[in-house]
Amino acid sequence: MSVKHSLLALLERGPAYGYQLRTAFESATGNTWPLNIGQVYTTLNRLERDLLVEALPENESGQRPYRITDAGRRQLAGWFASPVQAADRPRDELTIKLALAVTTPGVDVADVIQRQRTATLRLLQEYTRLKAAEDHAELAWRLVLESMIFRAEAEVRWLDHTEAVVARTGLPAPSPFAEHVGPHAEPGAETHAERPEPEILRENR
Amino acid sequence: MTVLQLRGVNRVHGAGDNAVNALVDTDLQVAAGELVAIMGPSGSGKSTLLNLAGGLDAPTSGQVLVENTVLATLNKKQLARLRRRSVGYVFQDYNLVPSLTAAENAALPLELDGLSAGKARVQALAALEEVGLDAKQADRFPDELSGGQSQRVAIARALIGERRLVLADEPTGALDSTTGEEVLKLLRRRCDAGAAGLLVTHDARHAGWADRVVFLRDGRVVDSSAPLAGAETLLEGAGS
Repeated sequence: MSVKHSLLALLERGPAYGYQLRTAFESATGNTWPLNIGQVYTTLNRLERDLLVEALPENESGQRPYRITDAGRRQLAGWFASPVQAADRPRDELTIKLALAVTTPGVDVADVIQRQRTATLRLLQEYTRLKAAEDHAELAWRLVLESMIFRAEAEVRWLDHTEAVVARTGLPAPSPFAEHVGPHAEPGAETHAERPEPEILRENR
Repeated sequence: MTVLQLRGVNRVHGAGDNAVNALVDTDLQVAAGELVAIMGPSGSGKSTLLNLAGGLDAPTSGQVLVENTVLATLNKKQLARLRRRSVGYVFQDYNLVPSLTAAENAALPLELDGLSAGKARVQALAALEEVGLDAKQADRFPDELSGGQSQRVAIARALIGERRLVLADEPTGALDSTTGEEVLKLLRRRCDAGAAGLLVTHDARHAGWADRVVFLRDGRVVDSSAPLAGAETLLEGAGS
């Protein structure tokens, strides 16, 4: 999540000080991602250093509002204009867990899937309940909630699919560890072709 | 109060080497005010369960109770009466009678039960209003209604009169996602108002409207989520 761009987006509404920014961010996202006030001030300092915002004089209560600069607006426009890259998202622990479950001896894959599905459905029920409770919710909050609902639904569908694939194809025997082929490898030793690294397993950068 | 109860229900189709265990040792309770979703892959026994619950099919062993009556103790006529008076169905393809208006469709169970057409119509109009259809829409024929409106009529028909058990088989299957959601909300509201609902769905997002989700695989309940607790601590850790 880009705190930097979120703050720029909020400042586009008008000048604000740290506490106001934190409150506005949490209200827009339904308190889903609590922001630490220290994080807000550190980010504001960095934005000021990079000339993306400018500090205004302190008000009577000693709070210092910040204003977005033209450079900040260009930065913000660029953020909205570019799609979120897969590498910007955190690694998917569930995918990795299942990829390892199907290759680890003695793991009951169906059981792993069933437990996850129950947990995800439970979450889906709870999100739905929240949604039902707020029939006239703020648009931004509704959107955040529905994003979580659709993501949970996608996860359940993927689990259903994985369960069916595993049931149909059976589990592969775990492949032995590859020998490291270095410069001192014996001539004629089998070399392993480099496979392109799947995007999902790449480090989160 | 428990409206629907399955006690150790087995349903075997065929016999000998060809026997198929459609449902195995199934226990299930649905209380008034509760919506329970049944999920599972094709052929897992979802429809069998729904048919048994509605008295359209009889278990090979075990008991099905609707409002504390064991269905197996009823004769054909009594069973038909219980189905008419206590159980409502909602299907994927609405199953409205094309030659009857929305109001006449909704009134059908009452008229079949011997109520006069006038009295049945008054109740039907009230039932349609509860699902958000006005008097003008009540006099339209099914082919003049949208899919969402047709399903509303079907829900009104399912719950008209004293009936408190609604069995819904993929009721949103033919609808787009927002209309489907409206239908689910409506079903949820009817259950909140005291009906007991059993919903078969393959759509996790729709199962999200239920109080409990029961999974079937190969005729067995493999998992059943306990009723929801409060939602207060819900969003902690939801972000990524």
